[in-house]
Amino acid sequence: MKAKLATFAVMLSFWAILSGMFDAFHLSLGVICCLLVALFSGEMLFEGLRVEVRVKQIFGMLAYFPWLLWAIVLSSLQVAYIVLHPQMLDKMEPQLIRFKTKLKSNFARVTFAQSITLTPGTITVSLQDDEMTVYALTRSAAESLPGEMERRIARALEPEEA
Amino acid sequence: MNWLVTLLMVSGVFFFAIGTIGILRLPDFYSRLHAAGKCDTLAATLAVSAIALYNLHDLSFASILVSWKVFFIVFFIFMASPTATHAITKAALIVGVEPWQRKGTRK
Amino acid sequence: MMSQVFLSVALALVMLIFLTLVRALGGPTVLDRIVGVNMIGTKTTVLLLLIGLIYENMPMFIDIALAYAFLNFIATIGACKYFRRSKRVHLEDDLAIEKEASA
Repeated sequence: MKAKLATFAVMLSFWAILSGMFDAFHLSLGVICCLLVALFSGEMLFEGLRVEVRVKQIFGMLAYFPWLLWAIVLSSLQVAYIVLHPQMLDKMEPQLIRFKTKLKSNFARVTFAQSITLTPGTITVSLQDDEMTVYALTRSAAESLPGEMERRIARALEPEEA
Repeated sequence: MNWLVTLLMVSGVFFFAIGTIGILRLPDFYSRLHAAGKCDTLAATLAVSAIALYNLHDLSFASILVSWKVFFIVFFIFMASPTATHAITKAALIVGVEPWQRKGTRK
Repeated sequence: MMSQVFLSVALALVMLIFLTLVRALGGPTVLDRIVGVNMIGTKTTVLLLLIGLIYENMPMFIDIALAYAFLNFIATIGACKYFRRSKRVHLEDDLAIEKEASA
């Protein structure tokens, strides 16, 4: 029930921003649509009844976001360096690496995989249970994993276990 | 304000250009994904937030609403771009596209 | 003054789209083409927003850009799912097999 209510609230605010009309007709249409969606698929956005945990995770994400943005800037500059280097093939040493992540929840794991894709020299290839396969562009990028990012995500998204 | 918008936009175009040069120059499929995934995400974020900032120069309810929508696009690109990269990489691995190796290290 | 900035940025984006089109048309594998088309889609989203700024019609073009971003993502995922099942992504292989069949 709590999950359905929370889904309804999120959906309705999304509707209000997207439609931009605040007269009675459009708002009532939005309420009807959001009620239907919340009734039929209320458990998808908040798995189970852990609304409080999800809200805590959202604030953790907000704290994690600036660091991620900085990492993306660094990684783009690194790609720029490699791409604009005349002998770029000497700079590259592509390799596939596998490792196990310590993160427990699906949400944290997916966030970790996305972050790996966005940080210097690495992209996630596959994520099965706790085993991740990562394609690294250089050796130094391969050695920096899992490292600091996993700790930061664990602090942001799984505070009770850290 | 205008200077900040121009700066953000020009840096966005710069990273778009890096991504495009990267996708043309890099030797194999997987390293091209590096250029595509990272530079495009950052460039789109920069350019779109510049547009959102510029849109706020006349503060009214409608323009704030439009800026919110623009930030939705930023948020969506942030989530969608790594996911698309991941899907393409996985498809390539399953199909069996060969990664580029430096000469001599190939088994 | 700002509209000139937007116009030049939009022109630069169009030129970059043409450069990306080289990869999308000539990429050795089908997956290269998907990456190229995905990048063109990202650029087009930004380009649509810029067109909205230039014509001072943001509320309309923002919806178009949003829909285009969603569509671009879904098209990429769908194409990946489709080509995951096919064993041949090199166009040259296709041509060779066709030649064998006709010979």
